[in-house]
Amino acid sequence: MNAHPSRRTLLLGAVAATALSACATSGADDDDTSAKGDATAENPFGAPADAPLEVVVFKGGYGDQYAIEAGTVYKQKFPKATVDHKGIQRVGEVLQPRFISDDPPDVVDNSGAGRLDLVTLVSSGKLTDLTELLDAPSLDDPAKKVRDTLMPGVVEEGTYDGKVLVLNYSSVLWGIWYSKSLFAKHSWAYPTSWAEMLALCEQVKKAGIAPWTWQGKFPEYMNDPLISLAAKAGGHDLVKSVDNLEPGIWKSPAMLAAADAVHQLAARGYIMPGSEALSHTEAQNAWSKGQAAFIPCGSWLEGEQQQVTPAGFDMVLGTVPALTGADKLPNGAVMAASSESFLVPAKAGNARGGLEYLRILFSQKVARGFAQNSKALPVVAGATDGLTLSSGLASTAETAKAAGANLFGYRFRTWYPALAKALDDATGELLTKRTTPDKWAERVQKAADAVAADSSVTKQKR
Amino acid sequence: MRHGRYRFLAGAMLPPLLLYAVFVVSPYAQAFYLAFTDFNGVSSDVRIVGLDNFTRLWSDPLFLSALRHNGLMLVVVPLVTIALALFFAASTRGGRLLRAYRVLYFFPQLLSVAIIAVLWQFVYTPNSGLLNGFLDGIGLSTLERSWLAEPRFALWCVMAAMIWSAVGFYVVLFAAAIESIPADITEAALIDGAGPVTLFWRITLPLVWDSVQVAFVYLGIIALDGFALVQIMTVGPGGPDNSTEVMGLSLYRNAFTYGKYGYASAMGVALFFLTLTLTVLMLRATRRERVELA
Repeated sequence: MNAHPSRRTLLLGAVAATALSACATSGADDDDTSAKGDATAENPFGAPADAPLEVVVFKGGYGDQYAIEAGTVYKQKFPKATVDHKGIQRVGEVLQPRFISDDPPDVVDNSGAGRLDLVTLVSSGKLTDLTELLDAPSLDDPAKKVRDTLMPGVVEEGTYDGKVLVLNYSSVLWGIWYSKSLFAKHSWAYPTSWAEMLALCEQVKKAGIAPWTWQGKFPEYMNDPLISLAAKAGGHDLVKSVDNLEPGIWKSPAMLAAADAVHQLAARGYIMPGSEALSHTEAQNAWSKGQAAFIPCGSWLEGEQQQVTPAGFDMVLGTVPALTGADKLPNGAVMAASSESFLVPAKAGNARGGLEYLRILFSQKVARGFAQNSKALPVVAGATDGLTLSSGLASTAETAKAAGANLFGYRFRTWYPALAKALDDATGELLTKRTTPDKWAERVQKAADAVAADSSVTKQKR
Repeated sequence: MRHGRYRFLAGAMLPPLLLYAVFVVSPYAQAFYLAFTDFNGVSSDVRIVGLDNFTRLWSDPLFLSALRHNGLMLVVVPLVTIALALFFAASTRGGRLLRAYRVLYFFPQLLSVAIIAVLWQFVYTPNSGLLNGFLDGIGLSTLERSWLAEPRFALWCVMAAMIWSAVGFYVVLFAAAIESIPADITEAALIDGAGPVTLFWRITLPLVWDSVQVAFVYLGIIALDGFALVQIMTVGPGGPDNSTEVMGLSLYRNAFTYGKYGYASAMGVALFFLTLTLTVLMLRATRRERVELA
């Protein structure tokens, strides 16, 4: 066998390299600007009545029924237009070449595994400013701007360098889940402070049930209660400082106390053995079977567990308890973020139509359909009022209502994925007792400092 | 007449070669160019950054630990796989039943890597997994642990899966090579009083050395990859605490999560030259006198 590389193949490669070197990065020249029709009260952006509209939507856990419905309404409004709806997975792989060649669709839901990195899209100037959409009258009530129909935090979350470039559709709240019926059976009450949480865990353990389990294969699940606790103790200032990569913030007293609080669960043996190696499905199924009392997760849990949850389990989302008696945020405060990132590419052929499509998408009618079909909370305020909701979704809606304006959200996960990874690794070690809260803070701070010093990372500020 | 035949051959060869050039050669070639840029994956506006990406590689702790892990796999996986495969191939020579085993060994080869990874994940899962259940069954419950969640064991667990999935192919390869050893050589050795062990070391192994050499190269390449198994099986993935990080995973994360396609391409180029060097070295190091049969 002759496995030596022949000189000829190497040379051929070199020739090809020079010939094709421009391929992956060769963009199209600026061609057409977006078509535009006449703007009216009914059609505030002047979407052309006969231009086709191409919508690419991530079809994941939420399905894409709501996006199809928005397309139907669009078609009713502009009968001469065609709406080309595509519900796909791996949005990034499909759309990457189209963004590079500046021939993108008109609306994109950039979500799911394999989505395009949002910060990269932003820094490359590939997105349309949505301010115009936010200031337009909403579809349901012309006296109200679209901006005012959205839940708090949604606009801020889509803001980059003062421009709103993305609007997320599904509101996600993070908390600690438990079964109402299991708690009723043992007459346990959901704790309001972390000290109560630890006391309750002792009781649960005595009852022969593991107090906690978690999705150890993906340590980020446990970060959510941890940084929620920190945010409650340290307030919005702490959240901002973390996102702004301020020196020493991961070693601040509030952050350390939060790490210690979560570490206590492991130190006192309140975590179901083996959890650190369980995938999210395995851990969540164990919890649905009643093997553990608590599990940390976002509000999508109910939808995800639909097939395996026994009848009468009645899962409920609980707010992360207060860390100390002197927390800066009130007790109902909850970590919230939104997902399903809708955007209009800057080079879209029918950007006007794209904006109009989004105005329809964020209307009450489509949002209510989303709540009913996708079992998730849309970011359109009041969309779930009067609907009969399942136990988990109802508790999510209630939690959002109780929190009012006290929603907080970190943004470093999207801004600095390298820091998010370092945090995940550290938290995995913390929960397996291989590291201490102090060392945890040390290594996360080091990672944050490294990101801050890395000139190849575009910095964001809030 | 002859002329027409060449035309036919060229016509038959051209389409596949063209496809190969477009879908295999050109991406490779482009990666070489991208490795010298700051390409972010979506913008066609790229800057040439010279050797910046490569200098970064040598101070990237994650890439360096990935390099170490691939290095360990490079030592362990080919040796163990080849030893096992030779043993199985040599010990299943006689009898119909024993030969049937060769078919069994080959089964993992029919499964895709993703399925193998998921299966092994179930083997290692702590509370209901096959391995812990087995240890429990034979009274060794003190040895039970969360295999993939302990930095000391995780990489070895991945390597075990890798070896399991690879060994069957080499059993078949070596078995075929052993079959082709003329019976008179073996008989002569037996008459001279050689036992099975001597027979293996003095006759069988030297006569199948060509196949072993090939196996070293193939397995070396497999050991330098390991991406799919690590991505699906391990905590993180790449964990716990980066104890199973491999170069392929670093590359994937930098490209598809961090949007650093230029940097990821530099990793790819480094990996390309590593593999190339390794292949040459392996072939040189294992070169022996060729024995001509027949």
